[in-house]
Amino acid sequence: MIEIVSESKCIQCNLCVSVCPTNVFDKVEGDIPVIARQSDCQTCFMCELYCPVDALYVSPNSEGSDLVEEELLEENGLLGSYREKIGWGPGRTPITRHPLMLEGRN
Amino acid sequence: MIMSESMQSSVGISLTADVLIIGGGPAGTWAALSAANEGVKVVLADKGYCGSSGATAPSGTGVWYIQPDAEARLEAKMSRYELGGQLAENAWMNRVLDKAYERMHHLAELGYPFPLDGSGKSVVRGLQGPEYMKLMRKLVLKAGVKILDHSPALELLADEHGVGGARGVRTQTGENWEVRAGAVVIATGGCAFLSKALGCNVLTGDGYLLAAEAGAEMSGMEFSNAYAISPSFASITKTAYYRYASFYYEDGSIVEGAGSQRGRSVIARNLLQGRQVFARLDQAPEEIRPRLRVGQTNFFLPFDRLGIDPFRDMFPVTLRLEGTVRGTGGIHIVNEDCGTAVPGLYAAGDAATRELICGGFTGGGSHNAAWAMSSGSFSGKGAASYAKSLGTRSSERALKGLSTSQLTRQETSTGGKTGDIVEAVKAEVHPYDRNLFRTEQGLVSSLERLDQLWKEVRATPITLDNRAYKFREAAAMTATARWMYRSARFRTETRGMHKRVDYPSLDGSQRHRLISGGLDEVSVRTEEVSKEVVLA
Repeated sequence: MIEIVSESKCIQCNLCVSVCPTNVFDKVEGDIPVIARQSDCQTCFMCELYCPVDALYVSPNSEGSDLVEEELLEENGLLGSYREKIGWGPGRTPITRHPLMLEGRN
Repeated sequence: MIMSESMQSSVGISLTADVLIIGGGPAGTWAALSAANEGVKVVLADKGYCGSSGATAPSGTGVWYIQPDAEARLEAKMSRYELGGQLAENAWMNRVLDKAYERMHHLAELGYPFPLDGSGKSVVRGLQGPEYMKLMRKLVLKAGVKILDHSPALELLADEHGVGGARGVRTQTGENWEVRAGAVVIATGGCAFLSKALGCNVLTGDGYLLAAEAGAEMSGMEFSNAYAISPSFASITKTAYYRYASFYYEDGSIVEGAGSQRGRSVIARNLLQGRQVFARLDQAPEEIRPRLRVGQTNFFLPFDRLGIDPFRDMFPVTLRLEGTVRGTGGIHIVNEDCGTAVPGLYAAGDAATRELICGGFTGGGSHNAAWAMSSGSFSGKGAASYAKSLGTRSSERALKGLSTSQLTRQETSTGGKTGDIVEAVKAEVHPYDRNLFRTEQGLVSSLERLDQLWKEVRATPITLDNRAYKFREAAAMTATARWMYRSARFRTETRGMHKRVDYPSLDGSQRHRLISGGLDEVSVRTEEVSKEVVLA
């Protein structure tokens, strides 16, 4: 489930509020969005993928809330790691163009 | 049919259109593009966000994309024909294969970043959901379609001539919305009963309920017990890679007979007995592992985050219900435009039955992806021409809301009941010994409780606020479970994915469709499958 909206990274664009299919976030005037309905999170990772500054972290645990520390995630290169893999963001190539996509039937 | 209290006074957004599409996944967006292409005015309302909502957006998916070569097409059609219990239809498979092929090439032309071959030419391959749905949203907007995000529909609007729009709430503002339209396409996806299968928690059968309230029927609802293999700690229900898995008990001994294709029942039986099953993708040859990582990026995401190497480490698995999302039942289609029995009402994607192309057994994501593109295209075009045929008088129609439960501005205790109803439905449809392994006794006792639950649902007025759709989801799941189990009881044989423990073999005399419908009284009837045989 969604665990972190990083205060230091978030630029208050509120894209996560828009793209979340289950309406988990609430926009806050003059502040970063809040995780208002965490139990509605379906662990689909879409918010994280759309965040332009890698300020969000979705824990893979879909069954309950995990205690995670932003510093540790940062250290382990996990913030924004999915977006990087998908190849979204400036200077990146979408993974759909990966040469290995030409092989096999995946 | 009970007409609900007028919502007129509280309308925040009121629009008129020729075609209203409910649902903004692949089927809904193709329907929107196809309708707009006919030069009509289109509005698309999504419960979540068109572009991220639904089963496709967070996933990678293969597509039933087959070169137009007679031999290749025949092979493709035959590959699932027997598994599906001979319920697919040749003519439908042909037109879906044609349309999906055409649409995949459109996607390449429209900018989907397919991989490039040595000469820089793009090569059509499976689709990555985030990229695919981001592009579809862009194309829909470019086509002039008005998108209402975070706007679940609560009820259809109709008069004696048929369906003429819908109403709902906007979850981020609490306003109501109303769209009057000559035709409505339901593209709300299937029903996975809030099992947390990837991207599926928005898929609660909402469109089935809307359609049934208008008088449409369902088809193949007995084919509704797809379960996906998933790590027990995560939402990633990408079963395809488990073909490379071995299954173990905690002590490392092999679970005999367990497998992803035919051995899923063995996994289920162990889990039922409280024996945890573990998987390890140790059958994947070393050289294809990098390709697997590229093909389904999200499959590896939970493992990478938890420091698990799924090729080397054992991890606990579970089976998550995907219901009719990967089942094949859905709204009954009565013509080539994907029209329902109700004038002005169309169905596309997983909201519609997919028996026409894969019978009672899904071919996995690829059939559904091809079906979404093609049924979206057929229904969008069909709905547009129907709306055009109505002419200008359609705006003067006296439309009424069709919700079974009363929708009211007054405070009610609905909110408190939602969770209980959801849990009660889950308790009937999630357990493997009820839904995967079906018996007369189990179905009868589940139906008794579900019928009782429906009485409670329909007697509960719904307060029109931004949580109102949650109760409608609970109502839709209740109704869906009842069509499923009534149909499952009717089919006293094992065919496709429908397994009856008390009738373990296929019965040649039951090669027909089961059409179910009704809300207070659920009925099931048989309908002939086209006599045309695929084997040419």
